[in-house]
Amino acid sequence: MSASSPPPGAPASPTSVVAEPEDVRRRHQGDPGEVIISFRDVHKAFGDKVVYEGLSLDIRRGETLTVIGGSGVGKSVCLKMLIGLLKPDRGEILAFGQDVTQMDEAQLLGVRKRIAMLFQGAALFDSMTVAENIKYPLREHGWGTEVEMDRRVEEVLETVDLPGVQQLKPSELSGGMKKRVGLARTIAVEPEVILYDEPTTGLDPVTIRRINGLILRLQQRLGVTSICVTHDMDTVFTVTDRLAMVYERHIAFTGTPEEAKHSDFRFLREFVKGGMGTLDEDLT
Amino acid sequence: MSGPATFFSAIGELSILTARTIREFLRPPWELRLWVAQLDQGGVQSWSITVLTAVFTGMVMASQFAIGLEPFGASLYTGKLVALGIVRELGPVLTALLVGGRVGAGFTAELGSMAVTEQIDAIRALGANPIRKLVVPRVVAMTIALPLLTILADIVGCLGGVLITMVEVGITFRFGMEQMIETVHVHDMLHGVGKSAFFGYFIAIISCWVGMGTRGGTEGVGQATTRTVVWTSITILVSDFFLTRIFLTLYG
Ligand SMILES: Nc1ncnc2c1ncn2[C@@H]1O[C@H](COP(=O)(O)OP(=O)(O)O)[C@@H](O)[C@H]1O
Ligand SMILES: [Mg+2]
Repeated sequence: MSASSPPPGAPASPTSVVAEPEDVRRRHQGDPGEVIISFRDVHKAFGDKVVYEGLSLDIRRGETLTVIGGSGVGKSVCLKMLIGLLKPDRGEILAFGQDVTQMDEAQLLGVRKRIAMLFQGAALFDSMTVAENIKYPLREHGWGTEVEMDRRVEEVLETVDLPGVQQLKPSELSGGMKKRVGLARTIAVEPEVILYDEPTTGLDPVTIRRINGLILRLQQRLGVTSICVTHDMDTVFTVTDRLAMVYERHIAFTGTPEEAKHSDFRFLREFVKGGMGTLDEDLT
Repeated sequence: MSGPATFFSAIGELSILTARTIREFLRPPWELRLWVAQLDQGGVQSWSITVLTAVFTGMVMASQFAIGLEPFGASLYTGKLVALGIVRELGPVLTALLVGGRVGAGFTAELGSMAVTEQIDAIRALGANPIRKLVVPRVVAMTIALPLLTILADIVGCLGGVLITMVEVGITFRFGMEQMIETVHVHDMLHGVGKSAFFGYFIAIISCWVGMGTRGGTEGVGQATTRTVVWTSITILVSDFFLTRIFLTLYG
């Protein structure tokens, strides 16, 4: 079994990362290797069900980290804890040098502007049009005038290759289109970090490739940092810099996809080679 | 789930939700557009079910009292009894039960679907507050709408009562109306309408709480909806007793 995440090096001085949150260019200024998100010995249980016992993980600026693991092991919980949707029972989660677990909703607002999440089912608001959905975070974060918001909506819809769908309702969209509108809504406020929760699950192969392409493009063009939970090995090998596996209530492996392929951790090896197909409990 | 523990933790969570709802309610700017939408959906669209319930309640009460009071030669008091019964008890309670079933189930189903599809998480992730966006508008709407619907039920119920009293006892419409107006005092109205404001709040807060806590996919939404109908009904009936005692000590 490989060691858990490599040492973060000298932990970045907290304050150096936080300066000028409004400036988009700032993204490219920091040292690309610097740790901007850090889970430290996080414990989380729901009633009797223990999900994490000592989760530790570092994410560096500009990298794309994929998180794999069986169903129901807590991958979504991990993402939700990072933006304060769930509170861990113990441990700290540093985002840009500040502990998310100690923040109130008002302080979390700042985190959620910089770290945005694409939910598994896209989580579009059924009662609103595509345009209203995308304007939702813009309104909450005080983006600007109605005209400016309309322009931003147009822009992000173009980014996800869906121009002109502003007036449609989510019920009129296919699964893949919903995911892309969800992605448009996620990137609308120009986050520095994007969390993808199973962005390709349940989609057809062509759409999967398209979404993978989008993730890659956002990463290259905007220089965002990404954490991507996925079961799709195509995604793993297309977009990943580093892979992390959730196993037995902690991160049991981090490394490149190639390292994972040749790991002596059998469960991981099978997982990476076979994707979900051969994933059985008895493999270990 | 063990009974008492569940009960007390439910009370605790509902109290916390209430406190947060009040806090968000007091924090401007008010999202009036959302409130009006809920007033329409929960209030205005409940008028027909209210009228239907009330008119038949008034008529059935008048039928019973007209016959029941006859041996005592007291049939002429039918209108008084019907009016007081409706204004103080049956108007508020039956309206709350019926509207509560309709609107409460709707709130839970809607919020429950949002919860299981992560839309409530999404509201928070996108920088907004679900209590402000979802709970406050519903609680405000029901606390306003239910008293108004109760007044409507009182009027319609009394009219139904007068109608049957005219047929059974042979009074004139004018006598019936005058008798009711003379019988029902302002404090009787306040008693019933006051209770209904509490019922409206209970319906909204319980159905939102159950809805937001829904887990387990579409099946979970179905179960949550059933739970809401049972819990709001019980809450209305039980709280009616206590509220009645309180109002009686206040106004007699
Ligand atoms: N809000 C919650 N309340 C109770 N249990 C939860 C909640 N969210 C997740 N869980 C439980 O935590 C475990 C991990 O869930 P999740 O992170 O969604 O798994 P996955 O790895 O498939 O994304 C599951 O057993 C799930 O039932
Ligand atoms: Mg998940």
